[in-house]
Amino acid sequence: MSKIVSALNGAKFDGFASIREIGPVGMITLRAKPDVVGLAEAVTAVTGTPLPALRRIEIAGDKAAGWMSPDEYLIVVPYAEVAGALAVLAEKLAGQHHLAVDVSDARAVFRIEGDKAVEVLQKLAPVDHATLEPGELRRTRIAQVAGAFWADDKGYTLVCFRSVAAYVMGLLTHSAQSGSELF
Amino acid sequence: MLILECPYCGVKAEETELTPGYEAHLKRFGPGSSDEDFENYMFARKNPKGVHFERWRHAYGCGKWFLAARCTATLEVFGTYPAQTSEPPAEIVAKIKAKRPDWKGYK
Amino acid sequence: MSSRLAKGGRLIDRTTACEFSFNGKRLKGYKGDTLAAALLANDQMLVGRSFKYHRPRGIVGSGAEEPNALVNMGTGGRFEPNQRTTTTELFDGLTSTSQNHWPSLEFDIGVVNNYAARFLPAGFYYKTFIHPRFAWKHVFEPIVRQSAGLGQVPKERDADRYEQAYAFCDLLIVGGGIAGLQAALTAAKAGKRIWLVEQTAHWGGRAVVDGVEIEGQPAEVWVNATLAALSKMENVTIRNRCMAAGSYDHGYVLADEKVADHTPGDGRPRHRLWRIRAGQIVTATGAIERPLSFAGNDIPGVMLAGAVRDYVINFGVAPGDRTVVVTNNDDAYRTAIALKEAGLEVPVILDARANLTGELPAKARAMGIRVEAGKGIAKVKGGKRVTSVAICAQAGQGAVLEEISCDAVAMSGGWSPVVHLWSHCGGKLNWDTAKAHFAPDPARPPLNHDGSALVVTAGSASGHLLADEVLADATRAVGGEGAPSAKVPHEAPIEAVWVMPQGAPVELRAKMWLDYQNDVKVSDVQLAAREGYTSVEHTKRYTTLGMATDQGKLSNINGLAILADSLSTAIPQVGTTTFRPPYTPVTIGALAGEARGEIFQPLRRTPVYDWHMAQNAYMEPVGLWRRPYCYPRAGETHEQAVHREVLNTRTNVGLLDASTLGKIIVKGPDAGKFLDMLYTNVMSNLGIGKCRYGLMCNEQGFLSDDGVVARIDEDTWLCHTTSGGADRIHAWMEDWLQCEWWDWQVYTANVTEQYAQFAVVGPKARKLLEKLGGMDVSKETLPFMQWADGVLGGFRVRAYRISFSGELSYEIAVPASEGRAFWDALVAAGAEFGLMPYGTEGLHIMRAEKGFIMIGDETDGTVIPQDLNLGWAISKKKADYLGKRGQERPYLASPDRWKLVGLETLDGSVIQDGAYAPAPGFNANGQRNTQGRVTSTYYSPTLKRGIAMGLVKGGLSRIGEVIEMTKLDGSTQQVRICDPVFYDKEGEKQNV
Repeated sequence: MSKIVSALNGAKFDGFASIREIGPVGMITLRAKPDVVGLAEAVTAVTGTPLPALRRIEIAGDKAAGWMSPDEYLIVVPYAEVAGALAVLAEKLAGQHHLAVDVSDARAVFRIEGDKAVEVLQKLAPVDHATLEPGELRRTRIAQVAGAFWADDKGYTLVCFRSVAAYVMGLLTHSAQSGSELF
Repeated sequence: MLILECPYCGVKAEETELTPGYEAHLKRFGPGSSDEDFENYMFARKNPKGVHFERWRHAYGCGKWFLAARCTATLEVFGTYPAQTSEPPAEIVAKIKAKRPDWKGYK
Repeated sequence: MSSRLAKGGRLIDRTTACEFSFNGKRLKGYKGDTLAAALLANDQMLVGRSFKYHRPRGIVGSGAEEPNALVNMGTGGRFEPNQRTTTTELFDGLTSTSQNHWPSLEFDIGVVNNYAARFLPAGFYYKTFIHPRFAWKHVFEPIVRQSAGLGQVPKERDADRYEQAYAFCDLLIVGGGIAGLQAALTAAKAGKRIWLVEQTAHWGGRAVVDGVEIEGQPAEVWVNATLAALSKMENVTIRNRCMAAGSYDHGYVLADEKVADHTPGDGRPRHRLWRIRAGQIVTATGAIERPLSFAGNDIPGVMLAGAVRDYVINFGVAPGDRTVVVTNNDDAYRTAIALKEAGLEVPVILDARANLTGELPAKARAMGIRVEAGKGIAKVKGGKRVTSVAICAQAGQGAVLEEISCDAVAMSGGWSPVVHLWSHCGGKLNWDTAKAHFAPDPARPPLNHDGSALVVTAGSASGHLLADEVLADATRAVGGEGAPSAKVPHEAPIEAVWVMPQGAPVELRAKMWLDYQNDVKVSDVQLAAREGYTSVEHTKRYTTLGMATDQGKLSNINGLAILADSLSTAIPQVGTTTFRPPYTPVTIGALAGEARGEIFQPLRRTPVYDWHMAQNAYMEPVGLWRRPYCYPRAGETHEQAVHREVLNTRTNVGLLDASTLGKIIVKGPDAGKFLDMLYTNVMSNLGIGKCRYGLMCNEQGFLSDDGVVARIDEDTWLCHTTSGGADRIHAWMEDWLQCEWWDWQVYTANVTEQYAQFAVVGPKARKLLEKLGGMDVSKETLPFMQWADGVLGGFRVRAYRISFSGELSYEIAVPASEGRAFWDALVAAGAEFGLMPYGTEGLHIMRAEKGFIMIGDETDGTVIPQDLNLGWAISKKKADYLGKRGQERPYLASPDRWKLVGLETLDGSVIQDGAYAPAPGFNANGQRNTQGRVTSTYYSPTLKRGIAMGLVKGGLSRIGEVIEMTKLDGSTQQVRICDPVFYDKEGEKQNV
């Protein structure tokens, strides 16, 4: 597996919040309408989670299922398990109109951790964090690029496109500089 | 900078999360259509000072196109609704008529 | 002279001295001073020169309204021009220099403009355009350029960091005076999420200076208690040094927080631009005092009355020893009283009003100050400093009654509410005749998204100038009840005074300044009116009134009152100029925020980016991607490197990082039908495992994108787009699927970045892949225009037999995470075959040698496929596709259209980029007629001569014809029209 390298090969920065590029993380774009027969069972079969509701992400250990749009879900599994997950989806959704495609390598994934981790995001995304529900997956703009993030008890997971990973790392580094805390 | 609520994902998105798509409810005219119909479809755009219907895409969010009815002069938003319709929903039309009695309709 | 008083100064800490410099002079101030206060404490009243006449300029105000006291601040990477000394907090080590003079502040050559003032009248700049052409170019433009610009441009990279942040609240309250504090407390108690911002470092506004009592105690006690209460509330965020610069649609407000202006180099960001989204905005922005228009009102030492008492009370600084107060209202008496209480002399208060009935004039008289009713200033005397004033009757023409020596004049023409944020997005104003100011009209507010009032005003910003009214108004503004009580003296009404004395002759009016920074006088506005400028917006531009860096905070109302008078109309009929953000200038660093240096733009990198950089590749932008243009070796020019790369690819094997190529999956029962609408040719009948080149047009029929489509399985296609086009085409597909054919069962996914994709190109390409080992890449198993999944060198790959070079070519996709490893494997295995990487320029030359078009080179948004001889890629059978109706427009079938041809010079030289083919005669605009242009032109290292493609009238029907094409030196050269395919016309090399 040594030939598999994530976008920034695990780059890190420690400021008032700690930033880590993690990955590679297995990700599948699953496009299907929620009323597709067997969809919930198929998602549960690969992630162990229920089908996420509007703007939610359901997390079970190292797997998750997120709501991306009315006909799109993000499936998160360990990188090595993507092919297996795709096979399960294909089998469970056979005959149903859907699209499941591996996007693990098209993404970069970051962790933002620390008591003030939220302030890093407040500098970059036009999102009112006070209105976010627990377990909400928010797709938004991260400075000049598209991104998505969700919170857990230790911090935030941020996903962006792989080609702009260095840009996003630069943004996070700039925004997490010690002495630039917002509150 | 506008805020429009995406009718698909419910996010009250600021304009920087959106891309504009200009006038809504255009009818496409393809091969066989008259020059006049094609010209209107292609080039004749409304530019009202007042009630206007527009296409917007929640580009940095759920990626869906939606439609918005707003006043171009005051920026009052009468409502947003999914793009899978060829005319504005009745409740939005009613709301506009209540607020803008002189409004002559969307056509 | 101005000096530091022995005691007093509520904002300064006399135990902490700050050393600073002004024009190299080492001076001392105290912590808590503004730079202006510290300069005055050191008797530095003269701080700059005006823009046009270079007249001496002194400090006039004490805050954001200051037009004069602008300086160059700092040095090197922290140098910044046009910093207002009145809002600059002093710190130890501050350096500043004055602006707009040469050679020195005290002796300025530019002051000759002052003596030539009669030749530099209002509209001077515009009038220069009327003169003969040569005069503008040789006389006026050099003069205007020489004198243009205020301050110096920073030369070094900014040493500081800036950032932006998003904030959200129910209510944003702008202004930390008693109105803002009261509104915040009232609304916060109601549970609303509050932001309260104040532009200065201090709270309480004017009330704490003006001796207001709230709830029986000095205002400062109430302010501190309120602030403490607000600080404890979780739903309240408080920011000082945070200037709300502008209000925009739907409650968007930009606020510039000066985090570290006063602590430079402490590691914090210098400014933070808050992008606040508020449910509603309360402007508690106070009011700004107006100057009075009397002759010599611009001489250093003439100051706003409110500012004078700010310096005395806040900073313990006396602007002068003997200060004459001149006013048309009661408020200025507070200044006289403050001066007297500080032990300073007030020789006289000149009040333009005939009857003085307020409590404050009575108090002043009781203190023994001489008060003259119905009097004004005929003229202030002095050069770089006030020396005396000549007194006259306000009612007359300025006959001097008496001359009184003094070194400062405190003037007050009344107070104007700060309405900027109210007006930025459409709030309307009313003229209040009794108070002689424009105030927001609550019946015509700017509107929010739901049609409700977006902005409400509180306190003096509403036009309420007395503390009790201010607190009541602030409470009302946020829907509260029960304002704290405030004790204020009774004030008699103001009387509007726009010219002093009322009948001043032109000699006096030509010395009455309205705009101190841009040198606009009462006489200039009157001249503009005489010359026919009736609109206030036109007059503003003609005279430059209010166009300086202070944007007319002091001058606009006085100026438009003069204009109204000159036009014999009422002030409301003249109206105001438009208020535009920012309220005070915001440094560009704050607007740029984090977007500078490495993160100025989101540059996109392929998985092999680091390898390219390590190889010293010369990179070029392709959209936001950075791609290798070529890989120069030691001693090679870029051109030599490109030629080497092309020849090596044609003879051995080349390797191209094509990862940027767009890749979009289209899947579903209706995917074939959808692609048949999207592409001009048919994609639904493409066999599984096969590839087909396709064209996409917009609805006008013009070419928009091209690429190879691969059929993956029964209901799945993979569409390649151009490198710059992936996101655009994906959005285009989604637009049609969501908004037009929403009942079609099709899903798309943009998988561009999932794959690293490399073109292995050249006669030895197959040998290289066979050496890696794995899947069968033979002609039989994997023929031209087919694809297959497999393994190569242990990597999971998808190999496409497609060619953009005319050579035997494989484009091989691997998961991006394995891209670098696979690239390394190709480079290692390729060594024995002479493999070299090639860049985009080599790619372009090879495609041009083959006559392949490039979107953006051969197309420009007005070219249809038929123009490029691509009729073969347009289905005649399909009833419809996007662009078909557009292409049916008659003029697109005209034989006069310019069509694609090859072009070659007769001598083998290279046609210059952008060359046109002239045609006989001239068009209606007197320009040469043209009959074509070059679209791609290169030196072909393969053919050892210049080759080109172009669009020429008549197209291929003119093959063999020789035409002229232009050169940059103005001459022309002979060019032969030829077949655009220059190399391997039969396509034998790619199909092996």
